[in-house]
This record gives sequence, structure tokens and C-alpha cells, in this order.
Amino acid sequence: MTADVIVSGSLRNRLAFILTGGAALLAVILYVAVRLLAAQVAQQGQDNILNASMSSVLDTALIRDGRVTVDFPYSSLSMLNTAADDRVFYAIYEGENLLSGYDWLILPRDVLSERTHFGTTTFRGDPLRVATGSRVLIGSDGPRTVSVSIAQTQDALSDTLYSSSRSVAFLGLGFFLMSSALALWAASTTSGQMRRLATSVTRRGPQDLSPVTKPVPSEMAPLVGSLNTFMSRLDHTLSQSEDFIAEAAHRIRTPLATVRSHAEATLQRVDRTENRKSLQAMVRAIDESSRAAGQLLDHAMVTFRAENLEVSEVDLADLLDELVLSMTPVAEMKDITITMTLDRPATLQGDAILLQNALRNLIDNALKYAPAETDVIVRVSKSPSLSVSISDGGQGFAVDEIETLPGRFVRGKNMGNKVGSGLGLTIAQEVAIAHGGKMTLSNRKEGGACVTLSF
Amino acid sequence: MRYIVLLIALLTPISGSAQEWEDRRLFGASDQISLTILSSTDTSFFAPIIDDFIASNPNTSVEYLVTGTADLERTFRAAPDRFDVVISSAMDLQLKLTNDGFAAPILAEDHPEWAQWHDRLFAFTSEPAAIVINRRTLGDLPIPQSRQDLIELLRGHPDRFQGRVGTYDVRQSGLGYLFATQDARASETYWRLMEVMGRVGAKLYCCSGQMIDDLRQGKLVVAYNVLGSYARKQAETSGDLLVILPSDFPITMMRTVLVSENAANPRRAESFVRHLLTVQAAGDPKVFPLPPLVGDYDNEAQRNINLDPALMTYLDQMKREAFVREWENAIVQDE
Repeated sequence: MTADVIVSGSLRNRLAFILTGGAALLAVILYVAVRLLAAQVAQQGQDNILNASMSSVLDTALIRDGRVTVDFPYSSLSMLNTAADDRVFYAIYEGENLLSGYDWLILPRDVLSERTHFGTTTFRGDPLRVATGSRVLIGSDGPRTVSVSIAQTQDALSDTLYSSSRSVAFLGLGFFLMSSALALWAASTTSGQMRRLATSVTRRGPQDLSPVTKPVPSEMAPLVGSLNTFMSRLDHTLSQSEDFIAEAAHRIRTPLATVRSHAEATLQRVDRTENRKSLQAMVRAIDESSRAAGQLLDHAMVTFRAENLEVSEVDLADLLDELVLSMTPVAEMKDITITMTLDRPATLQGDAILLQNALRNLIDNALKYAPAETDVIVRVSKSPSLSVSISDGGQGFAVDEIETLPGRFVRGKNMGNKVGSGLGLTIAQEVAIAHGGKMTLSNRKEGGACVTLSF
Repeated sequence: MRYIVLLIALLTPISGSAQEWEDRRLFGASDQISLTILSSTDTSFFAPIIDDFIASNPNTSVEYLVTGTADLERTFRAAPDRFDVVISSAMDLQLKLTNDGFAAPILAEDHPEWAQWHDRLFAFTSEPAAIVINRRTLGDLPIPQSRQDLIELLRGHPDRFQGRVGTYDVRQSGLGYLFATQDARASETYWRLMEVMGRVGAKLYCCSGQMIDDLRQGKLVVAYNVLGSYARKQAETSGDLLVILPSDFPITMMRTVLVSENAANPRRAESFVRHLLTVQAAGDPKVFPLPPLVGDYDNEAQRNINLDPALMTYLDQMKREAFVREWENAIVQDE
């Protein structure tokens, strides 16, 4: 059924893709954001220590005997000790003159403010973080500015960043994996609802047009609602057309019977051979029409009842006894013997009226096609499964038609000038299917057709 | 080319070379120098280590050059490509050399973390500064056990000690300066001691060796801040010498080694340093006659000088000037 549906993508895959893609994006954003934050925090930490060190040096600056001296404590540099043994450089300037320290550590130009200036430079390829501050000392000859720069390599900082980056990367990966698992689970649960609905619809019998009653998620309600409406409309249309056919057949049958009795009466009164012939042809045609109307009625009834089987325990043998008894006069008229081989009791759970209808059609067919002075054999057997077979001594089925004969209004080539509507086998087959069985057509070795209903 | 120049320099008499070494010795049979070590440690301490190194690395010949710590730093800074390995007891100068990028990194993960700095500078001894006394010349006077004892002894008998007290000249000796600054950092007692020593006309020395020689010959009664390791070795041969670790707080220096960033033989230099650290860890006194590294001491006051950037504090020009000025005011009184 799904073979001729045009498929474009998969809801589950789309959902899973969007969710995992989103999770990946979020994980990357998380990684970048936390890394940036960690870098900022780590840099802030280094800056704070550099600032403290720089201030402790600057604090010791004073003018002694007209000279600027800076007698900074041991702790100024020892506080810069790090686990990664970062290297430390410093420079102390008075104005533009280096008082002590490393002369290549040049003061930034815009240092003459109260606030500490932080900058980055390099020494032989190693990045250095520099904190610079300045202070104005008032000497006897006027104000003098002392500036101090403290620089430190960033090995410990990059170690910290590396380890925190690794932790964050693991965190992001874990986040992504968990989100992905969640996404796949969500996607498969969602699509599972659809699949369950599809399965429950697929599993229905061909005639089942009842609405879906299982609860469905709200998003699927419109689809299921439309499906239910569609099916009930279809059901309605089908039953309407069946009703119409049944009604039409019924309406035709009664006038036809009237016409037939008039034709029979007229036939009694007419003597001219050509008139009699045409009247006989008329009666034949009327028979054919009324039989067709009867079978249409039967068919409509079978179609209707097949959906609502009235199940009871039925003994096929009893049923056949009754049927054969009622049909014996017709058989005797054609010099046909009905032989029965019944394996009693042959009970099954089924609709007696439908079964009777089907079997009657089959025996009727057999009587119709069997030549005079032959046997029609009705056999019921219980092994391997319960089956009824009806065979005649006629011409049998044309081999190339066996597949198509049970179709509606299909009539065989071997029927000669027999009256028939092409519905008999259809009815029998539908009844068999409604009872969970099947109908098989075959030809007997000694000639003649055989129809088997197995349940 | 460099080897040839070096060879010529070595073959010419010492007086012809610009640099005057305290000692200079060649190890190994090979003519070509494959490792040049610049050191402040007496050759006698290093000879067994180098011999052991050559035994496991044949075809190696080592040139071992000895000079004072301050001179060593100046010489190396001026020509870092002339020397492969630098060994000095002046931790501050070594640390500054490393800080300034003169040392090459070496992976030594077995070496304790506290005994290395920046993967480039490795400590391999623990050597306290000691008070050394000539028992014979001290006579019946009590043996001082701490700085305070020494101050009282000198104050009580200035005539007995006049001109017979010795210590490092911090202006000449890098190690002397390190000991002095660490001493001064730890306690005010140092300045009082210097003052007292100045009053009795203390003699100033560039190196531990000369100080110990004068002690042994009886020219000195007491020497302050002498390298305990050197003094102990002399005390083994001379019964008169007595090495005392000040009970209040012995300053303990760690001898350090680094490989020049511009070493001509970096791989051999690195393997020598590894070898040095290995024999230090093995602690066989026949191969490693120096006092091995000690992390924890029984005396809680005794601690190794930390290998950290703070060592550069007293190397600051201004601080050094101020310290030396104060030191001179205390001890140099006979100008």
C-alpha cells in the first residue's frame, strides 16, 4: 500500500537532525563562552597579582638625600611565584630615566594616570603581561614621577586555560551526547505514535471502515479526524450504493415476475411457431434478468452481512441436507443425481444465512452446467481442514479463466447458452473470505468442475 | 672553527688568555673538548662526578673551569655560547640568568619540583652556611652555638679577636652576597654581628677556600658564613677546625646547574646534567662528594633558600647599592 506513496524525507530524521544539530551548536557555544570567561577570569587573576606586586614596589619609592630610592620588599617578587615557574621582569623609571630593572621593558606612554595600566608585550617570543603604575613624589625641587612596570610570562595562565578548556570540552561533549540521546529518544517516540496509528489502520480487514478509536496525540488529531470522516463518508457511500442496487434489484424482480406470468399465459394461447419462439425467448430473457436481480440482491446482502457476521454454531452437513432436499426437484427435472459424502458433524462458527447462500449458489451452478444423467457430488471433509467441495460432470473451467472467474459479472467461455449473472462465484468467495477461509476452483481429472470452500 | 680557537686558547699559557681562572682542568683522553663546564665549585668536588660521566660516555672530554660566583655570572653573560654547563652556588645569579633566558629547558621529571625552576635550573646540593672555628686559637673561650653567642663572644673579648675574624666580602662574592642578604632578611641579628665584626677589624674574603686556609693556619679564630661543605672537608684533615651550624637559623643554599641556551654541545650538556642529577639521587659519596639535596630538616628553622623570582630582589641595582652601603657602614670601619 505504501509502495505508491511519494516519500519526501522523514519526520523522525528531521526531528533528530534539528535536535542534535541544535545540541551541537549549543555545546560549541557553551565551550566558547566558558573558555572566554575562563580566559578572562585567569587574566584577571594574573592582573590582580601583578597589580599588587607593582603597587608594593611603587609604595616603597621615596626621596632620600635628593635621590629617588625604591627599596621594595622581598614579597614583591615572591608573590609572583607560580606553579609553572613564570619568569618575572620589572623596570623602575623616574620620568624617562631607568632607575633599575630591565631597560627593554619600556613604559607605555599613557601611563601617567592614577590607574594601573595593563598591557601585553613579548620577550624573545614569549608573551608577557605587564602592569604599570606611577606615583608622583614631591621633592624639594618639585614633583618627580616614579613609574614601575612588572611583567610576567603567561605559562601558568596557559596551563590553567588548557586544563579548564579540557574540562569544558568534556562538559560540552557530555552535554552534546546527552542531548543527542534525548533527541533520538524524542524523535523515535514521536514517530512511534505515527507508526502505531499506521499499523492499526494497516491491520484492518478490507471491509473495516470503522473510525479510529484509540487515543492519539493532539497534533495527530486533525489527521485522524479527517481520516475518520473520510472513512465514514466512504462507508456511507458504499452502503448507499449497495442499498441502491438491492432496492433496484428488488424493484425490478416483482414487475419481471408479472411480465413472466403474462408471457407464460400468452404462450398458452399462441399457436404460431414463430410467435411461440419469440415468446419463449422472452421468457428466457426474463428468467435471466430476474436471476441476475436475485443474485444482485444476494450479493448486496452478502456484502452487508460480511461486515457484521451473525455468528452461531452451524453444521454444514445439516445445512447441505436441507439445501439438497430443496433442490432435488430441479435436479430430477434435468436427470441429475446429487450424491453427498458428508463427514458429520461438520460444525463451524459462522453466519448460517451467508453459508447457505454461498452453497446454494454453488450447487445451483453445478446443476446448471452438469449435463443430463450425470452426478453432482457434494462432499464435506474435516481434514486437513473443514472444507466443502461441489463438483459436476460438465465441461469444467477454462484453465486460463480460473484466476478471473470469481470477479464480479465475469462469466466463463464454457457456459454455452446457460442463464447466469456472473455473481455466483463472487458471492461464494466473499462468504468464504468473511469466514476467514478461501475458495479454490479446479477441474477434475475425469472431467468437470470442482469448487472447494475451505475454512 | 670554535673548537680550534678554543684549543689554541687552551694550549697557550694561562697568562696569555684574557680570563684568569681559579682552576682549569681537562678530563678525558680525547683532544677535542666536547663539553665546557663553567663552575664556582672546587675541582676536587667535581672530579669524581666528571670521571664517572666520562666512564659512561667515552670519547668525551670535559673542560672544567672554576671562578668566583660573581665573576662566573659576568663571564657567562658576556659569552653564553662559550660554555655548555654552568654550575654556581649563587642561586640568585643563576636564577636571574635563567629568568633572562640564558638557560635551555631539560625534562627532569624525577627531580623534585622544589629543586628546579622553569625546567631549566636544577638544584643538586643542600649546603648550609656555617660558623667555623679554629679550636686551637679559640683557646679556653666557649664555643658559640648561635649568632647571638658569637656577638657576645666578640664583644666580650675584642682584643682576642682583633683582625682574626673573617667573612665574605659581599662586594666580590656572589655567594657571600646571597648569604648576607638572606641572613639580613631573616633577622636583625645579622647587622649587629656585622657591626661587632667591623669593630674587631674583620678580614674580608672573596671565597670560602682562602678563608678556611687562613683558619687552618691560625690566622683566623672564627669565620662567619663559610660554606659548611668546604669546611667539613678541611676539618677531616685538620683536627683544629670546628664547623658549627648556627642553632637559631642556618641559611641553606642549594648549588644549581643550568645548560646554556647557546651551548655548543647541547645534547652532551643535557646528558651531563641528567648524569649529575642521577648521581645526586643515588647519593654514593665516592661518586658524589657534595652534600646531597635535603628537603626536610630536623631543625625547623633550617630551610633551603627557595628557588623563586624573589631571589632577584637583592640583585636590583638600587637595592644592591643600598645593601652594600649599609654593609660597608657596618663592617668597613678602618678606611
